[in-house]
Parts: sequence; C-alpha cells; structure tokens
Amino acid sequence: MSTVTSFRPRTRRNVELVLLLAAIAIVLVAYLDVGLAMNGAFPPDLLTYGLGLLVLSLGFHLVLRWRAAYADPLMLPIATLLNGLGLVMIHRLDLAKSPKSQMLEPKQMMWSTLAVVLAAIVIIVLRDHRQLRRFTFTAMALALVMILLPLVPGIGRNINGSKIWIGIGPMSFQPGEVAKILLVIFFAGYLVQTRDALSLIGRRFMGIGLPRAKDLGPILIAWLASLGVMVFESDLGSSLLFFGIFVAMIYIATERRSWIAIGMILFCAGSYFAYLVIGHVHARVVLWLHPFSAAALAISDQLVKGLMGMAQGGLLGSGLGRGHPEFTYFAESDFIIPSFGEELGLFGLFALLLLYVLLVERGMRTALGVRDGFGKLLAAGLAFSFALQCFVVVGGVTRVIPLTGMTMPFLSYGGSSLLANWTLIAILLRISDQARRPLPNAAELATASSAHTQVVRLE
Amino acid sequence: MNKPIRRLSFVVALLFCTLLISTTWIQFVTAKSLDARPGNRRTLLDSYSRERGAILVDGTPIAKSVPTKDELKWVRTYPQAKLYSQVTGYYSFTYGAGFGLEGTEDALLSGQSDKLFYRRVLDMLTGKPPSGASLELTINPKAQAAADQALGNQRGAVVALDPKTGAILAMVSHPQYDPSTLSSHDLSSVAAAWKSLNADPLHPADNRAIAGDLYPPGSTFKLITAAAALSSGKFTEQSLIPGPATLALPQSTVNLPTDDRLPCGPGNKTTLTHALEISCNTSFGWLGLTLGGDALRAQAGKFGFGDSIAVPMRVTPSVVPPLNAPQSAQAAIGQYDVRVTPMQMAMVSAGIANKGTVMKPYLVKDTRSSSLDLIDQTQPEQLSQAVSPAVAAALTRMMVTVVQSGTGTPAQIPGMQVAGKTGTAQHVKGGNPHAWFTAFAPASDPQVAVAVVVEDGGNAGSEAYGGAVAGPIARAVMEAVLKP
Repeated sequence: MSTVTSFRPRTRRNVELVLLLAAIAIVLVAYLDVGLAMNGAFPPDLLTYGLGLLVLSLGFHLVLRWRAAYADPLMLPIATLLNGLGLVMIHRLDLAKSPKSQMLEPKQMMWSTLAVVLAAIVIIVLRDHRQLRRFTFTAMALALVMILLPLVPGIGRNINGSKIWIGIGPMSFQPGEVAKILLVIFFAGYLVQTRDALSLIGRRFMGIGLPRAKDLGPILIAWLASLGVMVFESDLGSSLLFFGIFVAMIYIATERRSWIAIGMILFCAGSYFAYLVIGHVHARVVLWLHPFSAAALAISDQLVKGLMGMAQGGLLGSGLGRGHPEFTYFAESDFIIPSFGEELGLFGLFALLLLYVLLVERGMRTALGVRDGFGKLLAAGLAFSFALQCFVVVGGVTRVIPLTGMTMPFLSYGGSSLLANWTLIAILLRISDQARRPLPNAAELATASSAHTQVVRLE
Repeated sequence: MNKPIRRLSFVVALLFCTLLISTTWIQFVTAKSLDARPGNRRTLLDSYSRERGAILVDGTPIAKSVPTKDELKWVRTYPQAKLYSQVTGYYSFTYGAGFGLEGTEDALLSGQSDKLFYRRVLDMLTGKPPSGASLELTINPKAQAAADQALGNQRGAVVALDPKTGAILAMVSHPQYDPSTLSSHDLSSVAAAWKSLNADPLHPADNRAIAGDLYPPGSTFKLITAAAALSSGKFTEQSLIPGPATLALPQSTVNLPTDDRLPCGPGNKTTLTHALEISCNTSFGWLGLTLGGDALRAQAGKFGFGDSIAVPMRVTPSVVPPLNAPQSAQAAIGQYDVRVTPMQMAMVSAGIANKGTVMKPYLVKDTRSSSLDLIDQTQPEQLSQAVSPAVAAALTRMMVTVVQSGTGTPAQIPGMQVAGKTGTAQHVKGGNPHAWFTAFAPASDPQVAVAVVVEDGGNAGSEAYGGAVAGPIARAVMEAVLKP
C-alpha cells in the first residue's frame, strides 16, 4: 500500500526571479570589485553592464513563464551566475593585458547573448522533449560529422597539440561541444529502443550478467570512436567524455553493472595503448605525474603555474583583481578554475563547485521525475555529461587526471562552449517542465474515459 | 530506470568530492610548499608588493624598504651597509633572502609568519595594506662602531654580550661586504656583485663571529681548564701547581714548553692565579693531564660547547674532541683539535661574569608590527650553569690579575677593573698566530663581555700576541659600552 499525498503543484517562477536578481547582484559586485582593485575607480560601464545582464536573463525568465511554467527554478539562476562570473574573470584578465592585445570580454559577451537567445529559441520551438526522439539517427550522423570535422584538411585546426578545432576565416569553433549534446540525444533514442535486448538477454558469469556477444556491438563502436578521437585528434578529454556518457547511459538503460565493468576495462586498455603509442598523450601523462620535473617543465610549465596560483590564493584568495592569474597561459579558458582559485581562494572555489553540483543535481532530479524513458535517459545523460566535463577540467588542473584541453562550462572563454551549454540547459529546462507539470487529476481522467465520445486532439 | 539514476548521482557526488579534496590539497595542505618553490614569481612579487619590515638598531633602521616606481614596488636599502652586513644579510630579487636576519627572520619581515596571522586578518578587515614586522636589535651602535673601527683593516671578528641577559651588543666580522649591491633592482649588476662576492677568497659573506671557519682558541681556553680545576674541588686559586720550563707528555715523544722556555715560578712551581696571569703552558698542561680529557670536555660543554644555538642565525657549535692523555694536556692550553667561535668565547667570559650562569645569546630585542605594536619580546633565557658562583668569583679575581699585571695589560681601562684572558693561537706551521682576547668589565658589576679574534695576528703579523693585538680592540668595545 502506498500513501497518496496530494500537494498543490507550484511553478516556482517567482523563486527563480528572486534567485536571478541575486545572481545578477553577485556578478555586479564582482565586476565592481575588479574595477576598484585594478583601476582604483568605479567601473563607468557598471550600469549598462548590469542592465544588459538583467534584460537578457529576465527575457529568458519571461520565455520560461510563457512556455515552460513548471521548469526547474534553480537552473537559470545558476547558469546566469556562472556565466556572469566567467565574464567578470575574463574582463579582469583583459585588464591585465597590454593595451594592444585582443580583448576577449566583448566577444564573450556577444557569445553569451547569442547563447541565451538560442536557448530561448530552443524553449519556444521545442514544445516537448520527445520531439527529439525523432532525430535519433540524424543526431548520430550530425555528431559524427562534428567529431570528424576537425580532421578535414583546410578547416581543421591544430591548437596546442589537439585537433579539436575548426576554423572558417577568423572564426574558430570547437564542434566537440555540440557533438556532446547530439550524442546524448542519439544514445537516449537508441537505448530506449534497444534496452530490453541489452538488459534481458545474456548469461551470468561470476555473479554479473554478461550481455550477448552480438549485443556488445554498440559499446565496441562507441569505444573505437572514442579511441579514434584520442588517436587522431589527440584529445584525451573529449574521448573520456564521450565514452563516459555512453557507459553511464547504457547503465541507466539496462541497469546492468556489467556494462560499467566492461566500459572501464575497455577505457583503461585504450588509454594505456594511447599512452604507449601517442607522443602527445605520453607527454600529458608525464606532465600529470611529475609536473615539477625538468622533463615536464621542458614541455610546459602551464600546470605548474596554475598550481602555484591556486596555492598563492590559499583559503581566502587574493581578492578579484589582486592576484596574478595572468601568469598562467589560457587563464581565461582551460585554466579559468585556477584563476578563480587564486583570486577567490579555496572557499570561493568550493562555492563555484557546489553551484555545479547543484546544477547537476537538478538535472538528475529532473531525470527521476520525468515519466518517459527517453526523457529519463536524455536528462540523466545531459546532467552526467555536464558533471563529467567539470570533473575532466577541474581534475585536469588539479592533477587528479592528466590535463586535457577542455573548457569549464559557462565560466571559460569560448563561443562554442557557451552555445552548447546554454542549449543543454534549455533542453533540461524543457524536460523539467514535463517532470514537474501536474498530471490531469483522476476525476478529470475518469470523466474523460467514460464520456460518450472521446475527444481526439489533432496537432 | 530510477535506481541507476540514483546510483549515477552518487557517482557524480564522488567525482565532485574528489575535486573538493584535490583543490583543498593544493590550496591548503601543500600551499606553503608550492609557494616556497623556486621560481614562483607570484611569491616574489607578493613579497615585493608590500613593505618589508625594517631592522632597527636603537630606533635607527639598518635595513629598510623604500618605495620605488618600477614593477617591484619596494627596494631594500641598507643605510650602514658594511658595518652591519653580517647582521642584516641581504634581500635580493634574484637570490632571495639570506645570510643574516633577512634570511632567518624572512617570514616575520615579509609578514608571512604565523605569528602575524591575527594581525593579517585585522589588517584585511580594516583595509590596511599588509606589511611585515620590524625587528629591534640588541646591538649597541656605539659598541658596534667601536669594534668595527678598532678591528680596522684586519681580518677577524668581535662579539660583545651583556653577561646578565645574553643580549648581543656588538657583532662585527671583517672583511665585510655591501648587501645593498645585492638588493638593487638592476639585476645584471646584482648578478655581477653576487659572482664577485662568492669568488672572493677571503669569504666576506661569512659571519666569522658565529659561523665562519672555527678558530683554535689558544690560551683563552685556559679559562675553561681553570674552571674545571676549581670546580673539581682539588684546587684553589692559590694552589701551588707544577710549572716547569717543559712538560714531558706521557705516551708521546713531544714535550710541551712554556712560551719563553723558562719555568713559570721558583722551584718549577706556581700558584694557579699566577699561572693564568702569565698564561703558563706547562702548568695548564699539567692540569689537563691531572683532570683528564673528560673533565675538560664536560666543563666546556657546560659553557655551551657542542650546543646548537640560534641567535637567531645559527651559531656553529664549538668542539672539544674526545681526548687521550697527551691530547688533554694540549687541549688544556687550547691546542690540538679544540675549535671555537668568537661567540663561544664571549659566552665563556659572560658566564664567568654572570656568577657562573651562561645566558642564551640573542640578537632580536623585540618584534613590532608596522604600527609599532609589540608582537614579540625576547625574554632572557638561561642556557646553563657553567660553574658555581664561588668558582666564578675566583676566576674573576684571577682574570683581573691578568689585565692588571699579566699578559692582558693593553686592555686596562683607567678607573675600572677589567677581567680578561689573552690567547695566541698557532694554527698553521710557519703561519702567523691568531690573536685572541676575551674579557668583561667592570669586574665588580659586569656590564659587558667581549671576545676578539684577529686572524693571523693582523697588522702585527708574526710579532702578534693576543694581549697586544686583540686587547686594545676589546678595550675599545668595552669603553664604548661603559662610557656614557
């Protein structure tokens, strides 16, 4: 017997509004702090900057009220706060540069605007997340194209040893970020169809159910593909991310732990192979294990500088604009976490990490709440991909795993990353709207089913 | 599908926990060692971005940071660079902080010390720019200048102590160097200065007073032999002891002669007091044989030999090695492998002056924050009881005769009783001896104890005798302390 408790479902849009205003206030205080610390003056554009943020995020908030009233109230404020703090840090690093070099903050500002607008469009156009299931194999094809694009001569670009960029004219783009979302859509669509075969058939060996050999096909393909990314694009991070997402989602779909074991073994074997064969990967491992050795310093002292920056920050940090994060290369993209660690201290970094935890947790909660299998897989896959990406980035700069060239969602400089992650949030918001929307109550359903004629609504 | 989703959430929690641990490891647990890594530009810039604490002598800075317009916001200056070079040490952008107080007290001066933690928090809250603590030294500027002047161009060292507290009143080591050549922001000239400093065969960077090559103490060690003899209870200052022209050493073909190859008294006998007064080698050699090596070693240990002392710069421990019978006769007159620092010999005099109690020497009187609040004040600390007050009184009387009518007459101060002991230490065959003098004054109420060593006899060369060469230097320092 289960007890049925009834509660009045709430949209919680007002909570979102209050949190959103608080997030903008925090960002503005940080912006003010940077201005005071670095120029000794009140930043003259504080008001326009604040208004811009306000218009953008309130616009998105209104779109949610209009099209997804029951969407999760925490996701938008957290994403806004992270995006805003990232902008402040990029602005702060711009100020530390010589006047002639390129300013990144205006570009990041433009990309943020585009990304939020794109997310709003996703919310408006995508009325139901199940529409995405129609594009299962389209998504796969697109994802493959995205992953392979950097290998195409002419548009592929090798930046810092990893071939994960494409460039058309002055624009450069990291297609892997978009591929991440497309892959989750594909996996969710594919696994919801095949989960029965993958989960029920097979035999037991040493207490764990093993799948049939022919059902191993998809995981082997995913493994080879991720290995291919590692070998041909020298991109450890994306490889780990793609394969990790796949293993996690196949586990959710089948509830079989053997998939995890098989996945881990395959990944470890693949990584070891890459370590032995690929010079770039080997160098990354040396940098990871012995960053202070002469051999490692001859390759790069970026990781070491990041570590020293974080250490200098200590518990409380130097304060925004008062440290030297600009000593580390890529302080605004791959190394934005050490930049924050240095200026906001360990406490500030904890706060940032907890924001990410909260965001992922809201995604997982959405996966638990939504009622269809595709939605569950999609939400859990997106949330997990987000978490795994944070782990790969922060773990890379703090020596938990080898450093890989990846961006921290929302914080790091990079247009493709912003577009992809705002879209990801939009999809999660859409699913959460479904998850939290109240069911038509039993009485209404009863009258509907006993009516003489059933109403069929055609779309 | 909810169960695996819950499990996956747990995995996510684990992933983030790993990150919380790894960031804590870097920013808290190992932060200090990362900060201290060589080549950490942030730490260097950080230490230059705030005012480094000053080092003060009687309220006047001997090392202070002055604001500049270049990227390193402060430059370290040494107003009396050479005079205090051994005390201050250097502070260089290229070579860090080293040698003297700049090196040992770097954490306090730079403001990083844990002692300053609450003050840092306070400064942060009140918005005051952080700055290091300043050190007020125990040095008496007149004594320091007098020692420097009296030593002149001779190589050697002078240490003066307040026997009642252990406070260091003067610490001079010649030759000196100029630390401001190392603290300059002209980095190429700094590199050149560093190179020539390290290439100098005379090692001007060594603080000979506490940490140069150790010196043989010569006859000044007879104070320790006399202290051991009196403490044994078998002898008084008036005991008659043998003092022949040469002393035959057991188990050895070597004989021990007196300096002038004459007996020290009628009938080859002399009193202990007279033996010290004329620094009779054979009498003290005989005492060494009679007392034994272990007694000498034990007495030396009570005066601080073998102790590792930080003033806060580390003082190299002085040594009396294990001795057999002939060696103990030689050690009793400061030969064989007995090796000392001038600081140790000053501690011997200071111990006798302070009724047998040796005080721990110290250089920093107090530590103050930039707003002159007291952070730390050094309390005088007893190191050991070297001899009983009665023995100390007897030794004092004996040392007074040394200066009144013995080898130490050049150290006499008119109108005051001075207690002292000379030493002339042969150290290389055929080379000139080191001239030693250690003393304290006034004998009735000691205010200052000194030890002086002049390497290779200084300007007197082969004619050097401890009393004649080192005695006047000791007198000059004591006068500077005692005369208003």
